[in-house]
Amino acid sequence: MTTSTGVEELPIRSGDDVVRVRQLVRARAQEVRLSLVDQTKLVTAASELARNTLVHGGSGTATVETLHRDGRAGIRAVFADEGPGIPDVDQALTPGWTSGSGLGLGLSGARKLVDEFAIDTAVGRGTTVTVVKWTR
Amino acid sequence: MAQADGGRVRALLRSGDKVLRRWVEAAEVPLRGRLTTGELGRTCSDLLAVLVEASDGGLDVTSDAYAGARGFLAELSRDWARRGFSPSETASAVFALKEALFAAADEDGGGDLTTVLEASRWVDALGLVTFESFARAREQVISEQAEQLLELTTPVVKLWEGVVAVPLIGTLDSARTQIVMEKLLQTLVDTGSEHAIIDITGVPAVDTEVAQHLLKTVVAARLMGAECTISGIRPQIAQTIVTLGIEFGDITTKSSLADALLHAMRSTGVEVVRRAGSR
Amino acid sequence: MERVPVLSLGDALLVSIQVDLQDNTVLALQEDLAERIVATGARGVLIDISAVDIVDSFIGRMFASIAALSRLLDAETVVVGMRPAVAITLVELGLSLPGVRTALDVERGMRILRAASERRGPRPADEPDDLVPVAEGGGAAAGA
Repeated sequence: MTTSTGVEELPIRSGDDVVRVRQLVRARAQEVRLSLVDQTKLVTAASELARNTLVHGGSGTATVETLHRDGRAGIRAVFADEGPGIPDVDQALTPGWTSGSGLGLGLSGARKLVDEFAIDTAVGRGTTVTVVKWTR
Repeated sequence: MAQADGGRVRALLRSGDKVLRRWVEAAEVPLRGRLTTGELGRTCSDLLAVLVEASDGGLDVTSDAYAGARGFLAELSRDWARRGFSPSETASAVFALKEALFAAADEDGGGDLTTVLEASRWVDALGLVTFESFARAREQVISEQAEQLLELTTPVVKLWEGVVAVPLIGTLDSARTQIVMEKLLQTLVDTGSEHAIIDITGVPAVDTEVAQHLLKTVVAARLMGAECTISGIRPQIAQTIVTLGIEFGDITTKSSLADALLHAMRSTGVEVVRRAGSR
Repeated sequence: MERVPVLSLGDALLVSIQVDLQDNTVLALQEDLAERIVATGARGVLIDISAVDIVDSFIGRMFASIAALSRLLDAETVVVGMRPAVAITLVELGLSLPGVRTALDVERGMRILRAASERRGPRPADEPDDLVPVAEGGGAAAGA
């Protein structure tokens, strides 16, 4: 059974907000005592996804919460926007594929850095990406 | 089961200092002096206060009213598990509350069966909570010890000024490799070393994942401004690497730790020369 | 938005990043550096990231483009002090920063820049005494 505590939501409207999301995720990851490397991986993934929300979604929100399951703790971060959505998810998840503005490591890179990764998107409706990192 | 509101049990709990005194007396026996009477008394008194408050919300220990009590018990079991108490010692201390309650019920006019049963079930449920948190705490202690053991068995050693090495021995799994690599990279920073050697002479086999971790470590070291050499690759492992099609690229490999050390020393500008006339 | 200060030290430019990097800050740094290289005729750029706790693909790419850009302007770039956790994460992300030189700390980074500058011969304004002689292939022995 997974339980969740301490849900916090931040808006993503500017580059400063992306920094704030990183700081929040870092603080929460430290709270559950993720290892330093795992903290860094999670914060980096959050940074990629928050930037995606800002650049591709126009704006959106980041929701961060602490999870507990079978004596392990984890951090879940959800990035949601109401932007144009992603027409071809498989393509967007291919390393190196880019919509034009980056190296194409945003989505595929973020996925490699976390334990759980889910994406829910539809053209015209927006995109929601959920990531989870568990303590070892 | 008819869930009584627990009014009688609550009354027993509140029946004065006698309950606490009897509890401490009963709990002391199984603990065989592992705690001082003073400490046990304080613990029981704190716990009793928490339980009295919680029982205002009924006798269902899984209810929200007991959140504080469950937290207290979890903390207590964690503490006792770390101090090496056995599970039965820990649970007995909680079960001892029963005797105090039964005795109080007895004094209180014989104590009817319903009340005794109710009290018994309630303490049993608390005992189970304690036992569960104890088991969890023990698992945590064990995994921490496993990690400490890992640290002990994979030392990062300094071979020369600016050269550190980690001699790996035994089977490598992905988790172990990862921990060792993090430690190696941190040592580069801590000692200001520009050369790292991963010696895998003592490793019988590697799988794809472990080979990938080794590679990633070399690249990560490079990003930090250090050079990482892999030494002691056994023929079978070389075969595996080639068969798996893992690209080792421009990574420096040496057949032995000695070769790797010599290579690292040379690149820091040190030449090793045999003195003329010796041997 | 905070700007990252660029310091001049001899014929090198020194950047020590002490703030949480947001995208615009990094873009501005890239522009500042290009201008300063040209204005000062610097031959090396040293970026100290020992205080930086995350480098994502955008920031990583900026380091690579700063290195490429300064090379075009005849200056060498060294990124120093990358933390182990950051390095591991970048590798996991698939970013190995090709074309970016790295060093463990500022001192070693400066040594690399001096060696590179030396190879190209001192410029008239340089005082030779300031230059530590460095052997080919790294100079720990000469510098220590």
